[in-house]
Amino acid sequence: MHELKTNQLTLSYGEKTVIRELNLQIPQGKITVFIGSNGCGKSTLLRSLARLLRPAEGAVILDGRELAKWSTKEVAKRLAVLPQGPVAPEGLTVFQLVKQGRYPHQNWLRQWSQEDERMVTKALEATRMLPYADRPVDSLSGGQRQRAWIAMVLAQGTDVLLLDEPTTYLDMTHQIEILDLLFELNEKERRTIVMVLHDLNLACRYAHHIVAVHDGTVYDQGKPEDVMTAEMVEAVFQLRCQVIKDPLFGTPLFIPHGKGRIIDEQRNAVSVSTG
Amino acid sequence: MTNRHITVRNRSGTVSFLWEKRAIVILLSLVAITSVCFIAGLSIGSTMISPVAVVKYLLGADDGEHQFIIGTHRLPRMILSLLVGAALGLSGLLLQGIVRNPLASPDIIGITGGASVAAIAYIAYFSETAGIKWLPFASILGAAIVSTAIYALSWNRGVTPYRLVLIGMGMAAATGALTMMMIVLSNTDVAAKAYIWMTGSVYGATWGQVYAMLSWLVVFVPLALLLNRVVNVQELGDDVAAGLGARVQWQRLGMIGISVALAGAAVAFAGAIGFVGLMAPHMARKLAGRSYAVLVPVTAIIGGLLVCSADVVARTAFLPLDIPAGVFTAGIGAPFFIYLLFRSRKPSR
Repeated sequence: MHELKTNQLTLSYGEKTVIRELNLQIPQGKITVFIGSNGCGKSTLLRSLARLLRPAEGAVILDGRELAKWSTKEVAKRLAVLPQGPVAPEGLTVFQLVKQGRYPHQNWLRQWSQEDERMVTKALEATRMLPYADRPVDSLSGGQRQRAWIAMVLAQGTDVLLLDEPTTYLDMTHQIEILDLLFELNEKERRTIVMVLHDLNLACRYAHHIVAVHDGTVYDQGKPEDVMTAEMVEAVFQLRCQVIKDPLFGTPLFIPHGKGRIIDEQRNAVSVSTG
Repeated sequence: MTNRHITVRNRSGTVSFLWEKRAIVILLSLVAITSVCFIAGLSIGSTMISPVAVVKYLLGADDGEHQFIIGTHRLPRMILSLLVGAALGLSGLLLQGIVRNPLASPDIIGITGGASVAAIAYIAYFSETAGIKWLPFASILGAAIVSTAIYALSWNRGVTPYRLVLIGMGMAAATGALTMMMIVLSNTDVAAKAYIWMTGSVYGATWGQVYAMLSWLVVFVPLALLLNRVVNVQELGDDVAAGLGARVQWQRLGMIGISVALAGAAVAFAGAIGFVGLMAPHMARKLAGRSYAVLVPVTAIIGGLLVCSADVVARTAFLPLDIPAGVFTAGIGAPFFIYLLFRSRKPSR
C-alpha cells in the first residue's frame, strides 16, 4: 500500500492560483472521487498528484517523500495515471497500447519479460479486452477504447490509479461499465482509485470518499452520505437541488431545480415550495 | 497476440524481446526488392551493362572492364542515394513521432531551411575561393543553427509539439525568403548551382562522400534504434508518457537531435531532396504497423529505395540528360502528400 497526501499544496497556471495551501490525505484502498464545478481545480489537483504538474508551493507526498524527489520511473511503479481523453496513434493495436503500461518495468535489454506478459494478459482479461487485442484502438467503440486505456494503466501494476474523468464522452451504458470495472478492481485487489467525475449521482454510488473542491480548496470531504447534501451542492455548484434516496442503492440522488416540462403539476408544486 | 509474435528471452530473464513475425517477413522482402533495384540501377544507364556482369563485379569476379562505369560512377552514387534516403526517412519517422502527426517532415524543424540558407550563402560567397568541398559542412552547420533556434524559441517550460510546428513553419518561411533573396541577388552561374542544390541531387557522388555519410549513419541509426521504447511511449501523448515514467523533455530533445543529425547529413551530401522524410515513414507504417523497433529498419530501407529508384529514373529517363533525383522524389511525393491530406480530412472514427 502506498500513502499519497498533499502538504500545504499550492497549484497555479501562470499567474492564476488554482489550489491554495491544501492538505489532503487520499484514503488507502478506497475509491475517492473529486467533484466540483468546471474550472474549480479538481483536474489540476489530480494532475499534480500524478506529478504531471509541478506545485507552485508545498508538495505532494508519496510514502513520506516529496513526489518531485522520486525518480519518475519509481513513481510510475507506484501510481498510474489516465489523463482525460487520451488519443492513441492511428493503427496502434490494443495489445501494443497495453504493452506500453509495462514501460517503467522495462529497459532496453529487457523489453518483454514473463512478468510483462503475465501483467498484460491479466490487464486484458480484467477489462475483457483480450478478444480485441489485435484490433487497432481507433477502430473500437468509445467504451472499448476507454477499457483499452484502462487496461494499459492496469498493466502498469500500481497500487494507486488516478483517472481524470474516465467516463467523459461515453454513453450511459459505457459509463456504468467503466465504473463497474473500476469498482471491481477496488473490491478484488484493494487498489486505491482516485478519479474526477462530473455525475454526482454516480459519484455517490461508487465513491467511498468524496472530495468537493471549491474556490481553490476542499469545501468538504468524507463519506457521500455525510458530505453530499443539497447545501453543499448549492455552495459548490450554485445549483439548487433536491436530494432523495437512490431507490436501487440507497445512496444520495440529486434532482436539480431549473426549467423543463411539467407533467405532474402537484409534485412540481411541492418541489418548488420546498426548494 | 501470441501467435503473431516471437518471444526471445534468456534464461536469467535479463534479456527479453518481442518480435512480430510479419515484420521479419516484410524486412526480408524489402531487402530482396532493394537488392534487385540496386543491381538493375547499376546495370542501366547510357552504357548498358548486363545484370550478370554487375553481380560479377560486386562479387569481385570482374576483370576490370566495368571498373570505371560501375566502380567510379554508378556504385558510389547508388550507395549514397540509399544512405541519404535512409537518413531522410528515419529523420521523418522520429519527427512524426515527436509531433504525433503523419504530416510532419524534416522541413518543419528547420533542417531544410537552415541548410539551404547556409548552402546558398556558401555557393554565392565562398565557393569561388574555398572550393565546393566545404559545402556539406556549411549546410549541416546551417541546419544545426536554425534547428537550435527553433527549439529554443519553442521552449516554454518544455517544448510542446504544437509550438514546435508553428515556430518551425515560421522559420521555414523566413529562411526560404532569405534563400530566395540571395539567389535573386547572385549571378546566373551561382543561381543555377543553387537551384540544383535545392532540388537535391546525388550527381557526381564520390566514395569519400559515401564513407562520410556511412560513418554518420553508423553512429545515429543505432541511436535511433535505442530510442525505440521512447518513441512508442511519446506517441501516446505527453501526459500518458510522463505517467508511465518517461522523461518526456529529455527524450524529446534526444529525438530532435538525432533527427536533425540524420537529415542534416543527408541534405549536406545530396541537397534538399524533398518528401522522402514525409513519405518513407508513412509507407512503412502502412506496411509494418506501429511498432517503432520495426519501423526503424523498414523506414530506412523504404527511404533508401525511394531516393535510389528516383535517381535511377532521373539519370536514365531523359538520356543524355541527367536530372536531379529531387525532381522525381517530389514528383512522387507531391501527389502522395495531397492524398494524405485528403485522407486525413475524413473522420478517423
